[in-house]
Amino acid sequence: MGLIEGIFEPGLVVTSVDWVLNWSRKRSIFPMTFGIACCAIEMMAAGAARFDLDRFGAGAFRATPRQADLMIVAGTVTFKMAERLRRLWEQMAEPRYVMAMGACAISGGPYHLHAYHVVKGVDQVVPVDVYVPGCPPRPEALIEGLLRLQDKISTRTIAKP
Amino acid sequence: MKEIEFQYQSDLHQEGEIPSDIRTEELTLNMGPQHPSTHGVLRVVLQTDGELVLQATPYVGYLHRCAEKIAEKVTYRQFTPYTDRLDYLAGMNNNLGFALAVEKLGGIEVPARAEYLRVIFAELNRIASHLVATGCYGLDMGAFTPFVYCFREREYVLDLFEAVCGARLTYSYITIGGVREDLPDGWIGRCREFLDYLGPKIAEYNNLLSYNHIFINRTGNVGVCPPDLALAYGLTGSCLRGSGVKWDLRKATPYCRYNEFDFDIPVGRGEKGTVGDCWDRYFVRIQEIGQSVRIIRQALDKLTEGPTQAKVPRAVKLPAGEIYYEVENPRGQLGFYLVSEGGTSPYRLKIRGPSFCNLSVLPVVARNCLLADVTALLGSLDIVMGEVDR
Amino acid sequence: MTPSEIIEVLKQHDGAGIVSAVADGLHPHVVVKMDRLPAIAALLQSDWRLRFDLLRCISAIDWPAKNSIELSYDVISTSFGHALAVKVLLDRANPQVESVSVVWPAAEWHEREAFDLMGVTFLHHPDLRRILLPEDWTDHPLRKDYPYPVAYKGLKLNP
Repeated sequence: MGLIEGIFEPGLVVTSVDWVLNWSRKRSIFPMTFGIACCAIEMMAAGAARFDLDRFGAGAFRATPRQADLMIVAGTVTFKMAERLRRLWEQMAEPRYVMAMGACAISGGPYHLHAYHVVKGVDQVVPVDVYVPGCPPRPEALIEGLLRLQDKISTRTIAKP
Repeated sequence: MKEIEFQYQSDLHQEGEIPSDIRTEELTLNMGPQHPSTHGVLRVVLQTDGELVLQATPYVGYLHRCAEKIAEKVTYRQFTPYTDRLDYLAGMNNNLGFALAVEKLGGIEVPARAEYLRVIFAELNRIASHLVATGCYGLDMGAFTPFVYCFREREYVLDLFEAVCGARLTYSYITIGGVREDLPDGWIGRCREFLDYLGPKIAEYNNLLSYNHIFINRTGNVGVCPPDLALAYGLTGSCLRGSGVKWDLRKATPYCRYNEFDFDIPVGRGEKGTVGDCWDRYFVRIQEIGQSVRIIRQALDKLTEGPTQAKVPRAVKLPAGEIYYEVENPRGQLGFYLVSEGGTSPYRLKIRGPSFCNLSVLPVVARNCLLADVTALLGSLDIVMGEVDR
Repeated sequence: MTPSEIIEVLKQHDGAGIVSAVADGLHPHVVVKMDRLPAIAALLQSDWRLRFDLLRCISAIDWPAKNSIELSYDVISTSFGHALAVKVLLDRANPQVESVSVVWPAAEWHEREAFDLMGVTFLHHPDLRRILLPEDWTDHPLRKDYPYPVAYKGLKLNP
């Protein structure tokens, strides 16, 4: 190890392909506009001026799933909507992530009892990467979820598993 | 420069000869349920002939969360959080409607301070809701600036709400018998500061969006809804007032001390087109923000000392009976039809969502408009799917 | 006009069609016979003294104890400010009534919802199909004896 240490000038960045790839992926997550219910308003507030999501690179909400990396399921998923949600998730290109925002998306929320048309948690329909609790979660909580997702992305590797 | 006049006529229905090498077909276009401009999970199936919309059929129910069935299983106090989530942009107003329906049926009298506080918070929530409507309408039309400006103002309102009840969106603050908490110290000063700050901002929105030529061209004379059509389809709120009908429940059947306040009812006058077009409905909302500021100032002056809650037992039990009670929400008249058989839960609670009725006029008004006008129409109707689907 | 005056006008026009009337209290209403509903609805909308131009709500209530389903049509007049409710009682086994969407087109969607959630059939409705629940949903949820589904298209209700 003594051969290669200390021979590069300071200012030359030594890194790995994995690290660069993960860094660029996590700093430019494009969320998909999938606001269903009340949590959508907090998602919009997170994208607005005070809790700017754009400073994390995640402010460019894409309406089409083909161009999106992250599907933020913000709101209650009903049986009628579940089919469409699955179809939109399948249309997203890999690597794709799902964030379950709000109590309804995690487990049915306040509607987990007595409701006949509510899916008790979006992980019945699509695999979820990050769960953000709250009813609705504050924009700061959504940003925390985004940062956890960034941590998750930085553990990826392009080498064989 | 020569004025170019566009004649939008459907090729399919033209009299006379159609050139044999042009083949026109109707296209069925699906809009939603996931769409940036549908204000929630709304699906509209459009039959178009080129750019002309021949038929628009809305499909709703993607957010049907069984609120009415839940109401039969939980107690009255437990149902208050579910009313927040009906029209999630106007939680205070929904809470107020349900609380008033229960109190009228139960004969519960609310102290004066609580009533003035209810008015203050209902009108603050009206301001916040209209700001979202304005910002999102600009966003639908392609203008991003009104969105960030309106949300910036809305954050100040949400700060005031958070100071008093701890929540930003789903408050459950106006409960049966009064309001949950009293105001913290210094809140009234902060509220007055905000009202002084908001006044000039309304003029700024007018300069930015309302009198913007592009906005006027996109919304003036578009989606005209004459007053008799509006009444026939059960439109209420700003949609009805935008069509020229001067009907507001706060003046017609005053509740919660609204008869003590001095305010105007703005109606659409066809300034930038025809009476009842999208611009009228939008501008009524802008003017209502100004009127809400007036009401809040008067309520702050009239605020009395006293308890903020009536003595209501923890397990609220109502006598047998029924009532249909409506309040003026930012989106229209929210009605609660409450049937009680004398227990701790309602026997039947039917919720009349204003956006449900406002949306029913879409197939009629969207006929023979252009494809781009459909988003203008939907934005001007200002629907929230939480109360369409309940 | 007060509710009792409105009920007087209705009785003058069609006394036989009115089963009962409650003018005082929190919810003034008339209970009419099922087959007289369209005529009374047209009267409420067009009579110059009544002018009920805004249909607020159509509510369906299930009374298994009385073996009937009650429909409550709440209407209000924006010209005069008076309000009334018109009720019909339908047979629970086969609830059918004529649609009032020719009088108040707002009824189109309200009746679709009553059909969807309570199972009331509205004759001569322009487009009677489910509005809130999926098209292939079975049963009517707001009935008191509704059996909760186990699953829908593979998704379990209670996982």
